[in-house]
Amino acid sequence: MTPAYALQLRDVEKRFGMTHVIRSVSLDIARGERHAIIGPNGAGKSTLFNLISGRFVPTRGSIRLNGEEIAAATPFAINRRGLARSFQVTNMFPRLSVFENLRCSVLWSLGYRYCFWRSVDTLHDAGELANAVLEQIGLAARRDVVAGVLTYAEQRALEIGITIAGGASVILLDEPTAGMSRREADHVVALIRRVSQGRTLVMVEHDMSVVFDLADRISVLVYGEIIATDTPERIHGNAAVQTAYLGTLPDA
Amino acid sequence: MTDAAAAAGPPPAVVPVGRGRRWLIFTVALLVVLPYLPGLDTDYGRSLLTQMAIAAVFALSFNLLFGQTGLLSFGHAVYFGLGGYAAIHVMRAINQGLPLPMVLVPLIGAAGGLLGGLMFGAMTTRRAGTIFALISLGVGELMHAATFMLPGLFGGEEGITASRTRAPLDFGVTLGPQLHVYYVVVTWAVVAAMLMYAFTRTPVGRMCNAVRDNPERAEFVGYSAQRVRFIAFAVAGLFAGLAGGLHAINYEIVAADAVSAQRSGTVLIMAYIGGTGHFIGPVLGAIVITWLQSSLSGYTSAWLFYLGVFFIVMILCAPSGIAALIVAHRPLVRSRAFFGVLAAYAIALAPLALMGAGAVLLIEMSYRLSTQPELGTQMRLLWTPLDAASAWPWIIATGALAAGVLLFRATWRLVTAAWDRAGGGASP
Repeated sequence: MTPAYALQLRDVEKRFGMTHVIRSVSLDIARGERHAIIGPNGAGKSTLFNLISGRFVPTRGSIRLNGEEIAAATPFAINRRGLARSFQVTNMFPRLSVFENLRCSVLWSLGYRYCFWRSVDTLHDAGELANAVLEQIGLAARRDVVAGVLTYAEQRALEIGITIAGGASVILLDEPTAGMSRREADHVVALIRRVSQGRTLVMVEHDMSVVFDLADRISVLVYGEIIATDTPERIHGNAAVQTAYLGTLPDA
Repeated sequence: MTDAAAAAGPPPAVVPVGRGRRWLIFTVALLVVLPYLPGLDTDYGRSLLTQMAIAAVFALSFNLLFGQTGLLSFGHAVYFGLGGYAAIHVMRAINQGLPLPMVLVPLIGAAGGLLGGLMFGAMTTRRAGTIFALISLGVGELMHAATFMLPGLFGGEEGITASRTRAPLDFGVTLGPQLHVYYVVVTWAVVAAMLMYAFTRTPVGRMCNAVRDNPERAEFVGYSAQRVRFIAFAVAGLFAGLAGGLHAINYEIVAADAVSAQRSGTVLIMAYIGGTGHFIGPVLGAIVITWLQSSLSGYTSAWLFYLGVFFIVMILCAPSGIAALIVAHRPLVRSRAFFGVLAAYAIALAPLALMGAGAVLLIEMSYRLSTQPELGTQMRLLWTPLDAASAWPWIIATGALAAGVLLFRATWRLVTAAWDRAGGGASP
């Protein structure tokens, strides 16, 4: 029996010393949902991502991924259970080629683990999958280029590619369009729409047009607390959100 | 993801096997004839080649950690030494009648190194960076001290000796002449190098590079960075131990110097000078440094000083190593501009030689006056008799050095200009 929720957070709390960054966050994200987390700077959005993905251990509370508790698990253990994330600051393997970046990202999910008796070049499924992702993120022409020399927009695309390559069922994207021009952002939105087919997507995003374009539901995080979770239309009309969140919301 | 996989793009990369195989045949042929080439066909020459092969395996194993996994070890000689001690003890047992062919002793060395790598790797690979480097330094000192504290096992300063020839089973390979030793060592070296290269092409070998580049990201694609480092560490220990086993066969003695900080430092210098960014780089470094060590020490007692100067100059002028220099020149070789660059190099070589001659005179005269006054001030340097107590040699040497530096700076412009014409971008 599969649980209805891909992610369930219950009373999650995170303190750094005396600083209360996340205060009692509870959130249910359904399987296949596209969920956006918005909020002013310093609200704790990235911290929340770091808690879910295992980069930080929560001070209190429970996080369930597909029904399994992951609150104290390591990042690699969480990844192996089907959750992958991207980073706000591009976080790839800079001295490896674009193709090699993607191939490294599929090895575990294809079951090759710490194999040291087979050459990667004979693992055709890994090569084919990496090439397929390469096509999907539109970097096929840059296949053999060292990732460190890609343009910013290309690096952001690769960042998403690394995140989705392993076939994770839950994808966390941390500000995927940060620092992009309108055209580049539109391109990435289309890419996200494509790659999130059939998966659960949680994203932190500042660009409201991106959020309202993509998300099924939106959570508003202010000072470490979720003040509202609802559909884009209702979030737009929510008075509490209007007062707490100083960003201007576009017409939905 | 199966849908995506079905919509596959271009086929996956296929390694150019043909080219690799041709290289292998060429290398093997070269290694077979090397000990018969003039200058190398003496016991000295063959011993030098043997030492180079051992150093090459050791340097390659070091680079599995440093270049491939990003772990800077200041104590890699520990695993070389552990392999050496394991091998020498088994050699003694063979001397006593153990029916094991002597040529398989390097495998015992590999087992010793692997055991050491597994033991210390479990403790030290939790962290990378500075912490790892410092712990490796500590482990090195600890092992060096242990060789004196446990004389039964390590033989103290005198070390442990054994014979490589006295064996009940030898299948005709007596290991008596240096030529036999060379062929056995070089066979193991080629096998070890191929296995190490193959390791870098396995899934875990690729993840070593990924962990080197970005350990955090590696964890978010499912791999424990510590586990990957641990595996790299154990494999590097294995091949360092194999090199130690070859050392035991070649010298028939393993002593405290096998695990010393100096050996750990030398292997770092070899890998660095050769180029850690290329698989074959450490081999080049091992060849050059071994040659410098053995030939310079025959000419001058200041050879360690020259080695230091060479290292500093290389780090400053070619921080990516000899291999990177070669790779930078490769696209030039087929173009016509290559001759322009070569001509510029030839012109720049003259002031370089002048500079070097001045420096050598100054160093040798200083060395004689400060550390060997009992030999007197009459010397013969660069085929010229001179008196280090008089002023003229000093004036001439200083003048040569200064003129060399000035002229070199002027002629180097020719080199950069030639590179610009070649379109090769920045000169080395």
